[in-house]
Amino acid sequence: MRQGTRNALLLLPAGAWLLAMLVLPLVVVLVFSFGSRGAAGGYVPGFGLENYLNLGSRWQAFQNTMTLAPLGTLICLIVAYPLAYYLAMRAPRRWKTLLLVLVIVPFWTSILIRSYAWIYLLGGQGIPSWLHAVGLGNPRLINTPFAVVIGIVYGYLPLMVFPVYVSLERLDKRLLEAASDLGAPPWRSFLQITLPMSMPGVATGSMLVFILLMGEFLIPALLGGGKVFFVGNALVDLFLQSRNWPFGAAVAVSLVAVMLAIVAAYMRFTRRFAGSRDDVSLI
Amino acid sequence: MRLYALAIYLFLYIPIGIIALFSFNAGRHASQFTGFSVQWYGKTLANPFVMEALKTSLTVAFLSATLATVAGTMAALALPSLKGRMRLFFDAALYVAVMVPGIVIGIATLIALVTVFDWVNPLLASLWPGAEPPQLGLGLGSLVLAHGLFAMALVVIIVRARVAGMDRSLIEASADLGATPWGTFRQVTLPQIAPAVLAGFLLSFTFSFDDFIIAFFVAGPNTTLPIYVFSSIRRGVTPEINAIGTMVMAVSLILLIIAQGMLQRRRA
Repeated sequence: MRQGTRNALLLLPAGAWLLAMLVLPLVVVLVFSFGSRGAAGGYVPGFGLENYLNLGSRWQAFQNTMTLAPLGTLICLIVAYPLAYYLAMRAPRRWKTLLLVLVIVPFWTSILIRSYAWIYLLGGQGIPSWLHAVGLGNPRLINTPFAVVIGIVYGYLPLMVFPVYVSLERLDKRLLEAASDLGAPPWRSFLQITLPMSMPGVATGSMLVFILLMGEFLIPALLGGGKVFFVGNALVDLFLQSRNWPFGAAVAVSLVAVMLAIVAAYMRFTRRFAGSRDDVSLI
Repeated sequence: MRLYALAIYLFLYIPIGIIALFSFNAGRHASQFTGFSVQWYGKTLANPFVMEALKTSLTVAFLSATLATVAGTMAALALPSLKGRMRLFFDAALYVAVMVPGIVIGIATLIALVTVFDWVNPLLASLWPGAEPPQLGLGLGSLVLAHGLFAMALVVIIVRARVAGMDRSLIEASADLGATPWGTFRQVTLPQIAPAVLAGFLLSFTFSFDDFIIAFFVAGPNTTLPIYVFSSIRRGVTPEINAIGTMVMAVSLILLIIAQGMLQRRRA
């Protein structure tokens, strides 16, 4: 058998799968988004922009997503950076692998169960009741934006730590020695060497977290209690409850469009650090 | 610095730990630990709805991981020598499969399949010779295919990395010595990529077993374990969910440790 034929046969199942379950469905979503809603909630073919012009009716969902997703990403970064720095620069060699694995493990366990844990902790019988017991009032924590941000940081921290760690690990430590030999104080070599050199990792981590957050459904559904809803929650409502598929398709297309714009911006940004883009493995 | 790291590890593990702890609580109360007991595990495992959901989840995870591993490994072997427009298609499609959020994949699969079924079912009915034509619908099949899509992309990424690091001279030597392509694959290529293939399978299994959002859209009448847990959570915090959650996390953890071990051996 010629190598070309063999390659074609090897790629056939994967290619068919990608066409049938990825390309076709995404095209169908795009087509639906220009159609209109039938009487019984079905789809009536057509080519109009009314679904897109109607996006304003779900503006609150977009607004929540576009405020809490960047905020959550930023807090993830602030929390993750020192840990990544510790793992890359300070952690004892022997423990490094174990410590890294311990960061990744939660990422591969059910986000549903991990968010549920915070319903437990932030709910009436959790942290608020402990605070009450020591006389600090009885604040309401669950079903607030705060709870959603906690859930986001808890869920996505590993995804941020890892790329930042990789870029810090690859940093040539001799640069830091040279800086200190030349009399730079530690804060200065951090600001002028470590921080700029870790930017590709920061960009990769932020983009990964931000992209995933934009499609988030579970965390706002469980910890936001219907008050703090994301585009994902609006999509579930449009497809499974109010059954307005064409409009839902337009919301989904808009979401993907915003994500693509962000990925494009990220690509531009990393191209400036030519050749330093790392493909980060999360396993 | 070290204290900070410790605080973050506590932040990561205390919530999970509390779930595990309270799953062994003797009492029903959510905030007081009144004694050690495994009664909630017993009650959970005796609940037919839980067992049905568990069976569905395991079946889907096994089938999707198996298909994804086979298709993904085949593609990973062929991709390095692929050039031109086809290469571009595969790279782009695999990238999209990993990056597009699960919720969009779920929605897209739902409306595409429902549309296709609406079109195929009447056709099937008119062509069917018997009295009761089969009705295509959402179910195990759509779950397996939708979960397997992401899993396959994952397998390609993992196995391709291993294929790239493989010693090609061994394959050439094997061919020079007269081995058939299949013989070369079985005796030279497969042993080298086996750890990555197995790791890909285990991660695919874990992904499918834990996934909620894609299943939520394409499960049709079926209930997977995450869907069951999600609908139970809406009715409040119960020791039963703690027990299910602890078991689910234990399963993922075990698979993860094995996968990690496989990938470590690869590097060694």
